[in-house]
Amino acid sequence: MASKGSAAMLRQAQHEAQDELETMKRPTGRWGRNGPGSGALDRTISDVPLQVVYGPEDGSPGRYPYTRGIHPNGYRDRLWTMRQFAGFGTASQTNERYHFLLEHGQHGLSVAFDMPTLMGYDSDAPQARGEVGKCGVAIDSLADMEILFDGIDMGEITTSMTINGPACIALAQYVAAAEKKGIPRAKLGGTIQADILKEYIAQKEWIFPPRPHMRIIVDMIAFCTREMPKWNTISISGYHIREAGSTAAQELAFTLADGFAYVEACTAAGMDVDEFAPRLSFFFNSHIDFFEEIAKFRAARRIYARHMREKYGARNPRSWQLRFHTQTAGCSATAQQPENNIVRVAYEAMAAVLGGTQSLHTNSMDEVLALPTEKSVEIALRTQQVLAYETNVTNVVDPLGGAYFVEALTDEMERQAESYFAQIAEYGGVIEAIEAGFFQREIAEASYRYQRSIETRDRIVVGVNGFVHDVDEEAIDLLKITEATERAQARAVQDVRANRDAAAAARALEGLQAACRDPKENLMPHLIDCVNAYCTEGEIVDAMAKVYGRYTERAVL
Amino acid sequence: MADRPLRIVIAKAGLDGHDRGAKVIARALRDAGMEVIYTGLFQTPEQIVQTAIQEDADGIGLSILSGAHMTLFPLVVEQLRGQDAADIVFFGGGTIPAEDAKRLKELGVREIFTPGAPLQEIIDFVERECGKRRALVG
Repeated sequence: MASKGSAAMLRQAQHEAQDELETMKRPTGRWGRNGPGSGALDRTISDVPLQVVYGPEDGSPGRYPYTRGIHPNGYRDRLWTMRQFAGFGTASQTNERYHFLLEHGQHGLSVAFDMPTLMGYDSDAPQARGEVGKCGVAIDSLADMEILFDGIDMGEITTSMTINGPACIALAQYVAAAEKKGIPRAKLGGTIQADILKEYIAQKEWIFPPRPHMRIIVDMIAFCTREMPKWNTISISGYHIREAGSTAAQELAFTLADGFAYVEACTAAGMDVDEFAPRLSFFFNSHIDFFEEIAKFRAARRIYARHMREKYGARNPRSWQLRFHTQTAGCSATAQQPENNIVRVAYEAMAAVLGGTQSLHTNSMDEVLALPTEKSVEIALRTQQVLAYETNVTNVVDPLGGAYFVEALTDEMERQAESYFAQIAEYGGVIEAIEAGFFQREIAEASYRYQRSIETRDRIVVGVNGFVHDVDEEAIDLLKITEATERAQARAVQDVRANRDAAAAARALEGLQAACRDPKENLMPHLIDCVNAYCTEGEIVDAMAKVYGRYTERAVL
Repeated sequence: MADRPLRIVIAKAGLDGHDRGAKVIARALRDAGMEVIYTGLFQTPEQIVQTAIQEDADGIGLSILSGAHMTLFPLVVEQLRGQDAADIVFFGGGTIPAEDAKRLKELGVREIFTPGAPLQEIIDFVERECGKRRALVG
């Protein structure tokens, strides 16, 4: 509900914004962390002086409703975080890749887990056969997490962990690994994805049914809010919705709807919105339709700010600000002439930056074929560095704000999103719409339409249905994960089980199960007890599933 | 009799939740006039072959994007042979490097379609190969 006086507050904010805009038109020349050094930013390459922002249109950056960005000085104060998602094989193989990335100028780490870890199975489980270490790193217990961060200062770097079903376990392992090194949990910075709703909608890496899982997420958010003030408690993700074939507007609408569902779950559990909302974060896809993507990012900020303030009554401006990570679209990459993907990624990355992203992963050219090699990862990172330090697109905040086309497209994105919110509300909410197969059907429809448009050549994809280079593909080097990795990891988890204090592990699991049955208890301390007793992920998931059950989907075509 | 539509099982195996490709193929085959049974996610090779036999399917299309293809495709081939159902046309797709695709075809997978394969090419393949199977089996 719109609160009384909010119109007056809005006007006040607009006046302040106008004043601030005038101030900001003077070049500041300030570069914060990761900046290339002052002087490079308030002039073009040919010495034309530049303002920080041009306008006015729809308020100014750093002001409600933040269409033009959440920071008044955009990237002048602080560049986006270059964060390459990486993980494969065993913890020690991935640890080596992390050291490589950090040495090459990456700012933060981003952990990709393998399928068994994401689905809650240990590496020696029958369900894990053939999958260990393939799409990410295998983490079965605290022992693996300790190896993963060996030689890395967990108090200094920030870490993003892309895991959802068992996110609470990965978070417990991360906290425990840091505390064993003497780094208190309050010092840990980073993000855990933990967005289970989009799993039922699109990515399909679920474990428990939606309703008990919402309780797990509320517990995580409550725990982090209390004990880990620098941690982003959740990363509400549209990336996978888009990869599953949605349109830009569906990605936008479904993701924000998920976000609002988490806000409602937390407030229903008695939390104050301004207590937890500042640590909510988002994750979007940057697809190949350049302006549509920029409009999507701008609309996302505006819609979120409006709902958080008007509907959920947030008073802290930080609760209104949508902060997001972006990854370039894996589904836009082609297996044909993979080198062309370097160019696609560069455009997509630029759209993300013009859309005001806070952090960015650029895909490697060979990811459509296999895990990326070190060389292709380096090219992907260099793509971001060229964008940040050479193109000068960072000099002016929201440079496309006010363009007729971009503003109209931003409005259209918002209109379509609001129309989806109304449809979701008719189902009774996000969980009810999931149970009715609404999102799954919408996405399947959109992805089929898209594929048909390629089939009929209404849409041209270079190297696929146009400009085809009809010779044998030159083999490019691919990273292979061997069966030896699977066997070694399976042995390692068996060793962990054999060498721990069995009674302590059993006690910890019992404590966790009791907490699962008691909705007043927060699960996180019990999960930390379990990982410290070297209970494996599979054991913890089994213990929880005895209380919560496991989810099964009715397949929707 | 040969005038009933071809019947195809589209399957997802292992822990791989990437079902976009499988669903698009299922829709495309259905639009081309075939009967399509989509298994849903997380099937074992045993379950997939059982489904195909119970449904009297002419073909099985398996989609894997998780990197587990060298484990799961051969297990399906083994099951088909073990169940005396090797006449069912077994094909697949996903993020499968060329050399792996070659090896899988040597092992008995009839065709591997990789990202970017035109739908029509897949439809033509299924109509031709499953049609032959149908003509033989009756």
